[in-house]
Amino acid sequence: MKIKVLGAGCANCQALEKRTADAVTLLGIQAEIEKVTDYGDIASYGVMSTPALVVDEKVVVAGRVPKVTELQSLLIGARI
Amino acid sequence: MKTTLSTDLHADPVARSPWHVWGWLAAAATAWLFAYQVNGPLSRWVVNDVAGFTPESRLGDAVEFFVFDTTKILLLLAGIIFAVTVLRSFMSVERTRALLGGRREGVGNVAAAGLGVVTPFCSCSAVPAFIGFVAAGVPLGITMSFLIASPMVNEVAIVLLYGLFGWKVAALYVTAGLVVAVVAGWVIGRLRLERWIESFVFETTLRGQPVDASRGLGWSDRLAIAREEVRTIISKIWPYLLAGIGIGAAIHGWVPEGFFVRYAGPDNSLAVPVAVTLGIPLYSNAAGILPLVEALHAKGLAIGTVLAFMMSVVALSVPELVLLRRVLKPRLLAVFVGVVGVGILAVGFLFNLVL
Repeated sequence: MKIKVLGAGCANCQALEKRTADAVTLLGIQAEIEKVTDYGDIASYGVMSTPALVVDEKVVVAGRVPKVTELQSLLIGARI
Repeated sequence: MKTTLSTDLHADPVARSPWHVWGWLAAAATAWLFAYQVNGPLSRWVVNDVAGFTPESRLGDAVEFFVFDTTKILLLLAGIIFAVTVLRSFMSVERTRALLGGRREGVGNVAAAGLGVVTPFCSCSAVPAFIGFVAAGVPLGITMSFLIASPMVNEVAIVLLYGLFGWKVAALYVTAGLVVAVVAGWVIGRLRLERWIESFVFETTLRGQPVDASRGLGWSDRLAIAREEVRTIISKIWPYLLAGIGIGAAIHGWVPEGFFVRYAGPDNSLAVPVAVTLGIPLYSNAAGILPLVEALHAKGLAIGTVLAFMMSVVALSVPELVLLRRVLKPRLLAVFVGVVGVGILAVGFLFNLVL
């Protein structure tokens, strides 16, 4: 699973990155987390409010930082 | 795995059930109303009877002012940020863009400024939002009206103005802020400066379906988001707020009446430009600066100057300009600062003249 955290270093972006890492650890799945900070790249996903979460090139969250439990369900949902 | 998920959900009081959510909300609202009502007598009692300051003495008054004002503004901030965030969770930048697509200038600028107030938006998202708007065909001037109104007419500024100056000044500020956003955006649109947007903005192709942040949220999600927003904002601004109210209290107590009438009263035409210039580097510290400005106003600083200063602090900030530089070429950035700056100056002079 390829996970990307989109955001140019705001506090919320760091929070999302950390929670995503926690969710991956809790689920015990294999995933690669990448940070995307380039504005052109962020915008190319159609994202207008950061932070955003992209799983296997699909945007699943934008503009908010969900709780770890919600991220877990999102990651499970994206895998199916 | 299933079991861990469900137990985790149960550990969170807001996610448990709707009844708990509404119960929690009702309890919080009652506590808030009670605290707001008893703040006055309680501050007096704590300062005079418990701490033993002499009532009506200079020090006693200053300490009471500090305790009362700090509590009042923190309560107002918590309540208003919470309510506004819940309401805003029904809107999203994506929906705003859809509403603005295909609007003509003029009507579009008004709509953009209004939507800038009600859309949940962090200025840290200014660049992706700008690209998203412009690449989707929203005209530059309309995009600018949105980007000016959004930080200018924000709940923290409104709460501070209401709490420190009363509702008339807060209403004047909101109206003037919207007018500046509409007019400045319209002027920038009329100047036809699209060639001064960084070219990568137009080369960006928007792949995939945009995710609407407001979709699929339940009431418990909205309340949880609002709670988190209250915590984030207050934990960020409280040191500045305390320092500002503290210094303000000292000014109230010890600076002579009418001290600033000579230097920064309505007749001094230099006061407004100086206030606007001072406001540019003072980003995000509005919570600390405004209580100070209120104290200066009590000693004679004119109200137009106060409003212009506040607008400059929130709408023309160095970090935001640095962000916008990513998408605007230097000339367009200069035009942006110039047009918005002139608008704010006009507001300052106008209110100094008529009030």
